Amino acid sequence: MIVAEQKPFQEIVESVQDHQKLLVLGCGTCVTVCMAGGEREVGVLAKQLQLAAKKEERKLEVMEHTITRQCDGEFFDSAVSAKIEEADAVLSLGCGVGVQHIVELFPETIVRPGLNTRFYGANLQQGVWAERCAGCGTCLLEDYEGICPVARCSKSLLNGPCGGSSNGMCEVDPDHIECAWQLIYERMKKLKKLDKLVDYKAPRDWSRDIHGGPRRATREDMMF
Amino acid sequence: MDQNEYKSGSRLEKVLASGQFALTGELGPPKGADRQYVEKKAGYLSNTVDAANITDNQTAIVRMSSFAASLIASSSGVEPVMQITTRDRNRLAIQSEVVGASALGVRNILCLSGDHHSFGNHPQAKRVYDIDSVQLVAMLQKMRDEGIFECGEAIRNSKKSDPTPPKIFIGAAANPFAEPLDFRVVRLAKKIKAGADFIQTQVVYDMDRFRQWMKEVCDQGLHEQAYILAGVTPLKSARMAQYMKENVSGISIPDDLVQRLSSAEDQKNEGIRIAIEQMEQLKEIKGLSGIHLMAIGAEKQVPRIAEEAGFLPRPELMKEVP
Repeated sequence: MIVAEQKPFQEIVESVQDHQKLLVLGCGTCVTVCMAGGEREVGVLAKQLQLAAKKEERKLEVMEHTITRQCDGEFFDSAVSAKIEEADAVLSLGCGVGVQHIVELFPETIVRPGLNTRFYGANLQQGVWAERCAGCGTCLLEDYEGICPVARCSKSLLNGPCGGSSNGMCEVDPDHIECAWQLIYERMKKLKKLDKLVDYKAPRDWSRDIHGGPRRATREDMMF
Repeated sequence: MDQNEYKSGSRLEKVLASGQFALTGELGPPKGADRQYVEKKAGYLSNTVDAANITDNQTAIVRMSSFAASLIASSSGVEPVMQITTRDRNRLAIQSEVVGASALGVRNILCLSGDHHSFGNHPQAKRVYDIDSVQLVAMLQKMRDEGIFECGEAIRNSKKSDPTPPKIFIGAAANPFAEPLDFRVVRLAKKIKAGADFIQTQVVYDMDRFRQWMKEVCDQGLHEQAYILAGVTPLKSARMAQYMKENVSGISIPDDLVQRLSSAEDQKNEGIRIAIEQMEQLKEIKGLSGIHLMAIGAEKQVPRIAEEAGFLPRPELMKEVP
């Protein structure tokens, strides 16, 4: 999923302080699962914003709404569209995709991001998410038996570990980052596939990553 | 050997090819635009080492570029081993720098991934890592021996002109002490197969582990495919040794070494004596072609260390090449 976290409250307050009628819009998919921008968070944030406005003696009306996915036009039904048009600003608790999609659908509307979008990650335990994919466009997971050095090695090394790990942890953050190469090595050893690590991996083609410019995916068989 | 048979014709290559035990040093460029700083340090190293590594923003702290400091060192009588990390530059920047450095007479290049920028003074920087250190070795080998860039295009000014590939002696690093230990010789083999002519190792303090690693290296015949130089750095104090032991990944320091330092009256001097002894011991290890002496911040001590360890005078041929 896309993992996001709420921006510092004060930053959010400042970003919407010029608006009197605000719609806090949640998203029901990734950011609901990572507990950053679902219906529950919308409710809490809306109340906090009202309290802050009251304290500063500012007039503020806050509406709340959450749709299934902000990144897909089909979920913007008439109810949410009416609220978006009624509000003088939308505070989106979707990821960065959601924020921009609202702007594309409602070009007259001011939209503010309430979240910092972090990464594509997995939920490891209650309250902990970690990056697992860099969205680089050409999946190498077969070569590394399911552990990605592009996303999980601090240097994205493709030909083996640098000298910077201790007890299986990466020196960049020894408390939290596992050395991807230690993991790859151990897995290959267990699978008796260490020979896969002997071959030289040539410099990769990054053009299907963001480095080739903003990306677009098309499926002609799905088009009308 | 005829001049044209050398890959680069560097002094370092000639010393190693002649079968003599080589000594390389290290020169860290200054933070400021201070030419004299490099000249002063080069003064301690000229006629003391066969070549000196010029570091590339070491520990990810911004300094005078390795390229510029290499040229200053060269004009001060020290043959540079220009270090290139893949941390700050992509394949375009690196290749153009290699071509430029070769045109200006830099003949040795050491390929590294570099210390991660989160340790340096610009942790906010965007990382690069377009390629890794093994890919950098392979890229330079292709540039030199096939006369082509990474993309496959010929290195020449126009379709009608002759190729003008860089002439470089290609180096890589190896760490016998880093995890996973079992993978270390595999990785070295990978670098040599990719085209490394010489290898400089991480600092050796744990002589037993290093002997074991060298044995594996020799068993695979890797010492015959590339020249291997063992890293030596004098420890300044027992405190420094203890700190490195506990905090620096990929460095192994035996307890008795820390003990010996802490019970010494003059710890700095004891550190130098240990380094000299290590160099004498390393000289006897089969398969080793030289020492890489990294006396960081203690360049002044290099002539004494080289002298007492029996490395002076350096081979005569070093005077032949300007």
